Amino acid sequence: MSEKFEPIIIGFTCNWCSYRAADLAGTARVKYPPNIRLIRLMCSGRVDPTFILKALSEGADAVLITGCHPGECHYIEQNYKTMRRVKLLQRTLAQMGIEPERVKLVWASAAQGVMLAQEITKMVEEVRALGPLNWPGRMREATIIGEHPAVEEVVA
Amino acid sequence: MSEKPKFAMYWAASCGGCEIAVLNIGEKILDVDANFDVAFWPVAMDAKYKDVEEMPDKSILLTLFNGGIRNEENAHMAKLLRQKSQILVSFGSCATEGCVPGLANLSSREEVFAAAYDSITSDTLGIRPQYSYEVPEGTLTLPIFNTIVRTLDQVVDVDYYMPGCPPESHQIGAVIDLVIQVLHGQAELPPKGSVIGAGGSTVCDECGRIRNVKKITKFRRLHEVAEIDPVLCLLEQGILCNGPATRDGCGALCPAVGAPCAGCYGPAQDVVDYGARLMTAVSSVIDSNDPKEIDRILDDIVDPAGTFYRFNLAHSLLHASKTAVS
Amino acid sequence: MSQDTHAEDKERIGVYVCHCGSNISATVDVEDVAVWSKDALGEDGVVVSRDYKFMCSSLGQELIERDIQEQGLTRVVVAACSPHLHEQTFRGACNRAGLNGYLCEMVSIREQVSWVHTDKVAATAKAKAMVAGGVERVIKNEPLEPLHVPIHEHTLVVGGGIAGIQAALEIADSGNKVYLVEREASIGGHMAQFDKTFPTLDCAACILTPKMVTAGNHPNIELLTWSEVERVDGYVGNFTVTIKQKPRYVDTDLCTGCGICWEKCPKKVVDEVFEAGLGYRTAVYTPFAQAVPKYPVIDPDTCTYFLRGKCRACEKLCPTDAIDFSQTVTYKTVTVGNIILATGFDTFDARRIPQYGYGRLANVFTSVEFERMCNAAGPTNGDIVMRDGVSKPESVAIVHCVGSRDRNYNNHCSVICCMSSLKFAHLVKERTGARVYNFYIDMRTAYKDYDEFYQRLLEEGNLFIRGRVAEITDAARLPGEEGKLIVQAEDTLVGKQRRVPVDMVVLAVGLEPRHDAAEVAHKFGISCSSNGWFIEKHPKLDPVATMTEGIYVAGAAQGPKDIPSSVAQGSAAAARVLSRINKGEIELEPVRATVDAQKCSGCRICNDLCPFGAIIFHEDLMVTEINHALCQGCGTCVAACPAGAISGSGFSNEQVMSQIEGLLAFSLPNNLIELVPA
Repeated sequence: MSEKFEPIIIGFTCNWCSYRAADLAGTARVKYPPNIRLIRLMCSGRVDPTFILKALSEGADAVLITGCHPGECHYIEQNYKTMRRVKLLQRTLAQMGIEPERVKLVWASAAQGVMLAQEITKMVEEVRALGPLNWPGRMREATIIGEHPAVEEVVA
Repeated sequence: MSEKPKFAMYWAASCGGCEIAVLNIGEKILDVDANFDVAFWPVAMDAKYKDVEEMPDKSILLTLFNGGIRNEENAHMAKLLRQKSQILVSFGSCATEGCVPGLANLSSREEVFAAAYDSITSDTLGIRPQYSYEVPEGTLTLPIFNTIVRTLDQVVDVDYYMPGCPPESHQIGAVIDLVIQVLHGQAELPPKGSVIGAGGSTVCDECGRIRNVKKITKFRRLHEVAEIDPVLCLLEQGILCNGPATRDGCGALCPAVGAPCAGCYGPAQDVVDYGARLMTAVSSVIDSNDPKEIDRILDDIVDPAGTFYRFNLAHSLLHASKTAVS
Repeated sequence: MSQDTHAEDKERIGVYVCHCGSNISATVDVEDVAVWSKDALGEDGVVVSRDYKFMCSSLGQELIERDIQEQGLTRVVVAACSPHLHEQTFRGACNRAGLNGYLCEMVSIREQVSWVHTDKVAATAKAKAMVAGGVERVIKNEPLEPLHVPIHEHTLVVGGGIAGIQAALEIADSGNKVYLVEREASIGGHMAQFDKTFPTLDCAACILTPKMVTAGNHPNIELLTWSEVERVDGYVGNFTVTIKQKPRYVDTDLCTGCGICWEKCPKKVVDEVFEAGLGYRTAVYTPFAQAVPKYPVIDPDTCTYFLRGKCRACEKLCPTDAIDFSQTVTYKTVTVGNIILATGFDTFDARRIPQYGYGRLANVFTSVEFERMCNAAGPTNGDIVMRDGVSKPESVAIVHCVGSRDRNYNNHCSVICCMSSLKFAHLVKERTGARVYNFYIDMRTAYKDYDEFYQRLLEEGNLFIRGRVAEITDAARLPGEEGKLIVQAEDTLVGKQRRVPVDMVVLAVGLEPRHDAAEVAHKFGISCSSNGWFIEKHPKLDPVATMTEGIYVAGAAQGPKDIPSSVAQGSAAAARVLSRINKGEIELEPVRATVDAQKCSGCRICNDLCPFGAIIFHEDLMVTEINHALCQGCGTCVAACPAGAISGSGFSNEQVMSQIEGLLAFSLPNNLIELVPA
């Protein structure tokens, strides 16, 4: 088995900009690492923090949220709400020991296929450096009942 | 001996408030006595775990289980009572969501012990619970303190959920009435997995405060508000109120007296993650599109995890902080 | 994987993996993905899985149709290209086979896998995960029906410049009613200010005024000048628009446009709008002689009667008693099915570049002033003269890109300035014989006959200096500079600084979005780009539609453009509107939010989140409702509802959550490490 950790990133994309940017990256054959799996939504405003938490809890090492640039939202200004939500979620996650780099918001217009590919590449590297989150594994460990480490400490 | 069906109530990792709430139902307790034999209720009558172990499986009709699963004793009793009960009710916020004890899931076990044994008392000997201790009479054991607090339904199958910290007495009374009606063939039990003793909407439904379109520019903690408007929605006054995301059934007692809803009745129907709902709602109505100003406004929320997951952390999607499960 | 899929009424799912020739199969082992889908996802209901050379071909589609009918499929997943290309194709195939098209889900393993990844093992693993995501999601899909909305046959055109006039005429000529709203007293827009038009040098008035007159007299056009749109309610097919009509103080039923009032009006004021400050008008005026409508307006800010309470000369002299000082603001409400926004542009304020001296140095003019000066009907009767009104310039500098292509002001190219500067150079040469210097960054003379015009100008002996002007000053340093304006620039073709003394400078000011473009966009529920232009639906394939159904854009409001492009866009927008009117109804994607009134507690968190006004709060019931005709389906309110009372069709919580589960079910780290080679 390889020693190298390959993160899995779930990406939420806006139907009008970043999903099209991903399409464009494809059409232009721009390469980026295969660690990301995209989900198409109509707008980044549809991104419910629940989705992000769900992805992390199901084994994603990080979540990328992408939307239209501020002022360019196809639904006028919904991406600002996304920005507020992500900011608050990041604060809560920081308190829970989850590095803010694991939840990232990137603006990408439909024309920015190359930029999106670069952002994905950068994020994969950042998350690789952070190491696995492996939430399902952690939870399995946490609920296994075994010898308590403190037992030996105190008895010894 | 009577042929009355058996009733049990148990107290795991919780404060005891749920027990008080049951006693608070007043004369209705006589109906309980008239219709049930109390088989096991440690807080009210003497009983040994051995007695429960000896009961035939499913011999208890109704068990109200309050408290979360913090240690192996809690887990053992949850499994035992599941085995012996026909209907197991996750009673109160601790059993259902982990409640305030569940906030320990933000910390590692060692941090919890350090807080409990090193910071409270004046002795700093680093004493920790000893799970097994030899005395002349034999070996004394303590139940293992688990890594994280779990809710009852994370350990055993649960039939019904009754939220609240504690459940309101009138709601307990109503549930007891329903069960008695079912016993007499006058009513049917709700579908398994239902939330009972609560409403289907949120606290705002029961709150009498005036509500407008919300635009928040500053969050304030209660002590920072010079004068609370007696009729206006607390959230609109910048006071973080969990009412919009919290299941109704309590009668909106807290906001009625000017205290924000803390969220003890848990998430509304079908909500997957309570904290996520609150975070998304609160951030959605921040009245700014400027990243720096948004950050400034959010700075006023000093303890987001504790605020948004005060009652619900153990039942949230993540259950715990990374520190707790590292 | 979710447990409920093991229920008895499990869906029967078909998975179709496309080779796309070798576009996908070169990088993804499509056969393996197909075989794996049935093996690994059989538990979830995958009963058929196939790979095929071209799924989008008629044979590929028939494959799906046959399986739906013969195998009783209830869900379809197509792993192929982007849904933006073929979602409609495969929904159509499902519909033909009797399966609701919305029970089909596409997984993009071409744009998102084969074309962007190189490692076949990793790409195949990712394709599998994406198929799993699609399968889990499609299980939660619900059959939907497109929404049908009737189209009201009336149209609103906002802005009476050339783009708006063109659009209005096209629609009106087809027999449909148009309301043409114009903020100023006359239609005509910027084009009415011009003398000549490039590259043909035909007279702007000669080609514009006939169109203006036709629009003014057209039985199907209701002209609402001196008016602004106050508010817009409703949605595609049925907008209710409130139009504010400012008081003209002239009864248009009585006025004949004879002109006695403005001839006799004793109050003269500088005309900052039409004459760009170069000329005068009276307090009662029409912006220009060929104004449509012909009726004047009284400007209450300058009229002596409004300022001092007496005069009323116009009232006394009007032969038809048309002057009516008692008029007030009125509001008109109209119902229209579609709206075309042709609100035009503002010009860059040259004062913002102080080193160019505009407003300080008398003989520095803007291009708008210069247009008026050249115009035979303008303040100088077409004489190109210095600010003193008499002297003719012997040398003129024309500075391109003023406020354009400049990161301090506007990044964009204003498109028209190269050509209009060439036009100016020609006119100066022709009318004064002066030496003309063009200071340019790049000459941009694309489009038909434009470059030929540039060639002609070169042959005429105009001088071209490639370099951005640093400064325009009257501080003479060298002999020959006294009394002149000195234009300092780096000549980048020879790599040296030049100081060119001239008599007159014309600043080719750039085009900017209207100062109130953001406000107007908000009013009509559309968006502006970060530099302020209205955003079209697609920059190439849908240039006149917007993201808001029923709202179209034409002309320079969408971005800088010249007259031919504005006219083309006006016609294009009209064509789009007419096709809607012709069809009588529009089909909308059924991606909509819905409030469960039982769960809604009326907390009002969502109430301010919809930019389209689709969220309505019922005070009496204390619940919120979403108007499906206004809802655009973004899902922001769905994600915001603290009670989880709002659901979104097409992109439901269940669909997304299941897709997340599917995407991650086969990619837990221990699996993955083998899949992705280091």
